[in-house]
Amino acid sequence: MFAQLFPLGWGHYLAGGVLIGAGVALLYVATGRLAGMSSVFTSSWSFLSSQAAFRQPRWLASRVWRLQLALGLVIGAALWWLTLGPAEPLSTQVPAWRLALGGLVAGYGARLAGGCTSGHGICGLGSLKLPSLLAVLVFMATGFLTAQALAAIGVAP
Amino acid sequence: MSAALATVAAGALFGFGLALSGMARPEVVLSFLQWRDFGLMLVMGGALALTLAVYQLVPRWQRAPLLAAGWESHTARMHRDTFVGAALFGVGWGLSGVCPGPAIAGLGTGNLEMLWVIGGLLAGAWLQGVQASAALAAPACLGKAER
Repeated sequence: MFAQLFPLGWGHYLAGGVLIGAGVALLYVATGRLAGMSSVFTSSWSFLSSQAAFRQPRWLASRVWRLQLALGLVIGAALWWLTLGPAEPLSTQVPAWRLALGGLVAGYGARLAGGCTSGHGICGLGSLKLPSLLAVLVFMATGFLTAQALAAIGVAP
Repeated sequence: MSAALATVAAGALFGFGLALSGMARPEVVLSFLQWRDFGLMLVMGGALALTLAVYQLVPRWQRAPLLAAGWESHTARMHRDTFVGAALFGVGWGLSGVCPGPAIAGLGTGNLEMLWVIGGLLAGAWLQGVQASAALAAPACLGKAER
């Protein structure tokens, strides 16, 4: 049963999740901030754009620390790669068009929704927000449908 | 300065966890979305359990964060945009197997193909911001202000 649910084992999943939670918790305890990761893709436009939505105080005030957090993500993942990861860089079989188009749709959607897997899924649920719970149920459902529809028509992986 | 260091350190824990859990690999995320491996439930569960405890308990024990004046609160809104956006987000996630955190962390694992996702995310956020700017400029009676 367990081996069917988790064919690659379960320990690294749980340990990774706890570390993600530790990062979210450290950011909150130290700075009081919430670690939603899609916002940096909006706030960073404020460096370049004069569009009103990007000039809102919430983005101007958070654009630097959001980039610091993003830098931390790259550093942490690099530490994993250097210590526990494979010798060669990671790569993916998912073709570029799916990565780019998926990013476009997910980026628009996450910013319209005000959060993504971390913003609604971890921070929103951690804040006991009902709209976040509903958002998570919605994006899980459309994520399952999309990935399984692709698999059904033979698009792999 | 120390807030900046704490922010980078928090990001590093987050990024190490994303890489360790496999979430920075699109194939692992797709194997979850296609119900072949349910490990991502453990990732979300582990992250959420700790976050929930800290978000709910620490503000009761301490008046303020260690390096800032106050606790920020989540701005989730019961609004059509939240759910339309979430539905689209799921479609993009299912298409690519990547969400925003892993796209950024993936760069640290040497996976430069993640730049395709980051370009897409930036373009998507741009489109949403342009649309929201038009709404901000429109008469407030449309109820589209904020955002």
